[in-house]
Amino acid sequence: MAEIILEGVTKRFPDGALAVQNVDLDIADGEFVILVGPSGCGKSTTLNMIAGLEDITEGTLRIGDRVVNELSPKDRDVAMVFQSYALYPHMSVRENMGFPLRLAKVDKATVNAKVEEAARVLDLTAHLDRKPANLSGGQRQRVAMGRAIVRDPKAFLMDEPLSNLDAKLRVQMRTQISRIQRRLGTTTVYVTHDQTEAMTLGDRVVVMRQGLVQQIGTPADLYDHPRNLFVAGFIGSPAMNFLNATLENGVLRSPLGDLPLDDRTRQALERQNAPRELILGLRPEAFEDAALARGRERGRPVFTATVEVLESLGSDVYVYFSAEGGPVTTAELEELATDSGLRDTGAEAGQQIVARLDAATRAREGEPVELQVDMGKAHVFDPATGANLTHPASVG
Amino acid sequence: MAAVGKTHATRWGVLNVVVVLYALFPVWWIAALSFKDPSTLTDGDYIPREWTWENYRGIFDTSEFTRALVNSIGIALISTVIAVALGTMAAYAVARLRFPGKKVLIGMSLLIAMFPPISLVSPLFNIERIIGIFDTWIGLIIPYMTFSLPLAIYTLSAFFREIPWDLEKAAKVDGATPAQAFRMVIVPLAAPGVFTTAILVFIFCWNDFLFAISLTSTEAARTVPAAIAFFTGSSQFQQPTGSIAAAAVVITIPIILFVLFFQRRIVAGLTSGAVKG
Repeated sequence: MAEIILEGVTKRFPDGALAVQNVDLDIADGEFVILVGPSGCGKSTTLNMIAGLEDITEGTLRIGDRVVNELSPKDRDVAMVFQSYALYPHMSVRENMGFPLRLAKVDKATVNAKVEEAARVLDLTAHLDRKPANLSGGQRQRVAMGRAIVRDPKAFLMDEPLSNLDAKLRVQMRTQISRIQRRLGTTTVYVTHDQTEAMTLGDRVVVMRQGLVQQIGTPADLYDHPRNLFVAGFIGSPAMNFLNATLENGVLRSPLGDLPLDDRTRQALERQNAPRELILGLRPEAFEDAALARGRERGRPVFTATVEVLESLGSDVYVYFSAEGGPVTTAELEELATDSGLRDTGAEAGQQIVARLDAATRAREGEPVELQVDMGKAHVFDPATGANLTHPASVG
Repeated sequence: MAAVGKTHATRWGVLNVVVVLYALFPVWWIAALSFKDPSTLTDGDYIPREWTWENYRGIFDTSEFTRALVNSIGIALISTVIAVALGTMAAYAVARLRFPGKKVLIGMSLLIAMFPPISLVSPLFNIERIIGIFDTWIGLIIPYMTFSLPLAIYTLSAFFREIPWDLEKAAKVDGATPAQAFRMVIVPLAAPGVFTTAILVFIFCWNDFLFAISLTSTEAARTVPAAIAFFTGSSQFQQPTGSIAAAAVVITIPIILFVLFFQRRIVAGLTSGAVKG
């Protein structure tokens, strides 16, 4: 067990492409850190550099109190779980899990004891003498986990370990990984492109884009105080709604009508010399059915929308409607749309807004509904830089 | 439907029988010859009227054949082992590593494979005589190895390319040195490829006649295909046809055994289960 410290870590490929730029990251002993981002953001390259499978072009990497830049993977004492599981097909489950120990010249009795123990934890005891080819996807995944935990390494590195499992199994394994990590208290770096996994598993989450770290923070921090448009759009499901808005006399003119800003936001915008043209970001839960408003909530701005699609989840109701005005287009949002495949569905044609309402709402498909907006939950972004102007304090 | 399937099967069955007969007829013919006694050799029958072991007894009586058999087995096995060992390493490099001059290396090995051996026989003959390895085992092993290496590298690199790279990464992170990763993970998975290559290389060395006849002069290194050419009858008026047929049958047997023994190891899909799917 050890802390992992990245200082200005950069990866430049021989063809000149910058995969990872200047990453600074302190991972505390026993911490569970998630690297998340769309494909090609450099998260896997970063993990491979920690493992020693990729050379570090610039910067230093420390595991424990040692600089390990020049150490080969076998001398770094880290264990890795691969997306493909990478089980040795010619070895039984027992041999697969014992392989790292045998390489470390651990005596046979100890190897056996450790393998049996890991198999018990992972519920693999019945399968110890089978070959990987005869196991199901979930079992293979657990063997890969087992191979990592028998060693008691300084750190676990996991490269999208759940992305080959079907949805239900993924949720199950997610909690199991979380449990095992907490029990062992081993420092873990986990790479995923799935923001739900990132939010549910990590102590801290590192959002990356195009080789650059966008924001490092706890899941709640990222959700409530996204530093920029990219993080705001990436974290959260359904995603944050973005609208073009114009600032006039402390009021935001938006396709949803005029929305007054609260004092704190107004002051923050003034302090930063905010431009007139802005992007307003509203999470689905920033909306509520005006008919259900109570007490002070009644003072919130209200607008009318025609419900196009209504999805009832029992506990909540998602309401989809269109807003006037063209869709918000910035490089960050384009990239998110491309990555999530939204591009292919043609969803960008209109400006679709999704609102999460209380299950008690009377909203009906095809009928108008009065919605109120909680401007306390609104985010305002600078279209040019993508920076979040509402929460400048969280910058850094 | 069933009727269509049946005629289809029959047609294929007939075709298979024709092909097998076509391929095995010469084998049967030479085998039949080897069991005939000298007086009936030329009677034109495909089934010997009187079966005799005389021809076999004859060839094993003299050192001419037995010595050649030892040479053949020794030279072919050593060449195969060395060619496959070198080929495995070279193929691994070709399949996995990016290094300057890789294309040149592949081109060179292809060039060697394309060179007509006959054009090399005279220079090889002179070189080997000068450096003193003419008519020795090593004098045949070197050209065999050289000519079978391109084939070995090609076959093996195709197999290596199919092994998921993640396995090697996993081995490295698990604490293996590159050599251990290669020996404990990559080679066992490439085993079907290694055995296939070994069979091909062995057959090439075993069957060679050109180098064997040109680079040997005595029983010291003469292999069976060359030795057969030197067979004489028991008297100078007798044709050695029976002995040649018997020798031909005898040298076919190791090849058959070799293939039967190794084909069990050539099981496809050994890598299934390594990665998803």
